[in-house]
Amino acid sequence: MRGSTRGFVLSDLTLQLSPRQMAFRRFVSHKAAVVSCGVILILSLFVILAPFTARYGVNQSVQAPPNSFLSPRANAWLGTDDIGRDLYSRLIFGIRVSLVIGLASALISVTLGSLIGAIAGFRGGKFDDIMMRVTDLFLAFPFLVTLLVVRNVLGAVPWLKPLTGEMNSVRFIIVLFGIFGWMGVARIVRGQVLSLKEREFVEAARAVGASRRYMISRHLLPNSIGQIMVALTFSVVGAIIGESTLAFFGYGPQAGDGATSLGILVGAAKGAVQTGFWWLAVFPCFALIIIALSINFIGDALRDATDPRLDRGA
Amino acid sequence: MFRYILRRLAWAIPTLLIVTFLVYLALRFGTDPVASYKRINPRASRAKVQQYIDLNGLDPNFVKGYLTWLRNFVTGDWAPSIKGRREVWPALKDAMANTLRLGTAATVVGIFFGLIAGVFAALRPGGKRDVFINTSAFVGISIPPFISAILLQLLFAVYWQRWFGASLFPTSGVYPPGHSGFDLPLMIRYMVLPTIVVAIQIIATYSRYMRSSLLDVLNSDYMRTARSKGISERRVLLKHGMRNALIPVVTIAALDVGSIVGGLIITENIFSYPGMGLYFLKSFGEGDFPLLMPWMVVIVASVLLFNLIADISYAWLDPRIRLE
Repeated sequence: MRGSTRGFVLSDLTLQLSPRQMAFRRFVSHKAAVVSCGVILILSLFVILAPFTARYGVNQSVQAPPNSFLSPRANAWLGTDDIGRDLYSRLIFGIRVSLVIGLASALISVTLGSLIGAIAGFRGGKFDDIMMRVTDLFLAFPFLVTLLVVRNVLGAVPWLKPLTGEMNSVRFIIVLFGIFGWMGVARIVRGQVLSLKEREFVEAARAVGASRRYMISRHLLPNSIGQIMVALTFSVVGAIIGESTLAFFGYGPQAGDGATSLGILVGAAKGAVQTGFWWLAVFPCFALIIIALSINFIGDALRDATDPRLDRGA
Repeated sequence: MFRYILRRLAWAIPTLLIVTFLVYLALRFGTDPVASYKRINPRASRAKVQQYIDLNGLDPNFVKGYLTWLRNFVTGDWAPSIKGRREVWPALKDAMANTLRLGTAATVVGIFFGLIAGVFAALRPGGKRDVFINTSAFVGISIPPFISAILLQLLFAVYWQRWFGASLFPTSGVYPPGHSGFDLPLMIRYMVLPTIVVAIQIIATYSRYMRSSLLDVLNSDYMRTARSKGISERRVLLKHGMRNALIPVVTIAALDVGSIVGGLIITENIFSYPGMGLYFLKSFGEGDFPLLMPWMVVIVASVLLFNLIADISYAWLDPRIRLE
């Protein structure tokens, strides 16, 4: 898969490429990631152009009754659900909501996590200890348990209401994963900062009297950008899968006015299994698998690309 | 070694206390136990409600309330569940037994196949087999357990029945409804699908760990030394390679208990398997504080315990590590 990582580094040296160009080359050599980029691009286009690509409205039935549980056919490519809505169109709208949830909450958690991780790694001491203990604690617990408990606690804090909205709104889910996801990011960035802060250029900055804030914002964070990007991709996947998990167990965003999300569609699949309406289970599940797999591949390639030391023997 | 274990155990007690206090706070904020009691038992008299508050340590003062709860918990004076006033311990015990069975089966199957796949991948890095195993592991990690559960149910239960007349594996419970007594073959049939779902994740994770760990070892100097001494390749691989490669893997396995339980919760719910996961989701949905707190204590204690096992096994496998 990445058979020639070492070869690339050598030829890069002879070609006098900048580190960024070398990283780009390494990324492109990861074939699955390039394909995944294409998949995500096409999906995003479909989703952004939803008014044109969707054949029906999110809450519109494909034909007059009887229209429920139609198997895939010409006027409903992927079949219809219990009240006769087109699964293909609903998938597009659902993926749109899920991608928004994934991106928005990943941005929040990566911003929070980078700052906390950088400060913890740079200052060390008590703050670092406490932060890492808290992270360990949260990460040691089963994911779903922590998520559900934190969700309820978050919903019970009155002064957060204006920010989070109702507990079953999309906004609440975004804030929840934003707050929930910083720990993994903080851990990664902290590790990076711990190794960076001993390097000469940081030493030099300290010697000329740079402030702590300057060193973090100008030296440490920009030099961790590769790791942060990797964390970002994994946060996006985490939030999308997390939303699906919550929705699957009935704790997800509620579909106001028939609006949907990937999680709601996958949750509906649970009921479709025993009755044998395979399209309701197969298509949403595969959509989720493809999205998760593509973003994971991109993250994997980014990790290889931004960390040249990481030659994993392949 | 013995003293180290004793000291770690002594440390585990304050940790357990702090974490259960945090859990207590989170549950009180998050689920509002008194309100859920009144919701489930709308006609409970004021005296009943007060009795419930006293027994569960739901004093408005959090510290005082926690201490009350702790005293009742330690002395075995557990409050009954708020719905139907059931005894908590028998329900928890059954759930633990069922989960332990499923978890052990899945972990054994998962680690066994995961390690084998990892070794095969590492023996010829970059080869076809390596690429295949690596990619499958990546796919396995990317698929959330509830997705694989749905698809497996659809294939082996519902469509198998349509195509071949009878479903290959049942999809819910430990036994068919109305069954009593112990019946091992029947139980295994019921456990196949949930075990596969949990094991997929474990196989995927461990094949990757094993691969990278074994690759590190294979490239080390002592492997070259062992080979140059003329020891057979098989012996080099088993005695020198595998043994050293397993050290980090064992540690990760013990630390991973949280995520395995997480996968179990999801899987149990889908297959209506009466274990810890179903127990948690049910009691959480009802805000059943008396059922939830002991569950949390069990989970926290097992996470701490497996942490300890990880450290001890690490030192036991690798004599260079000193536990002081």
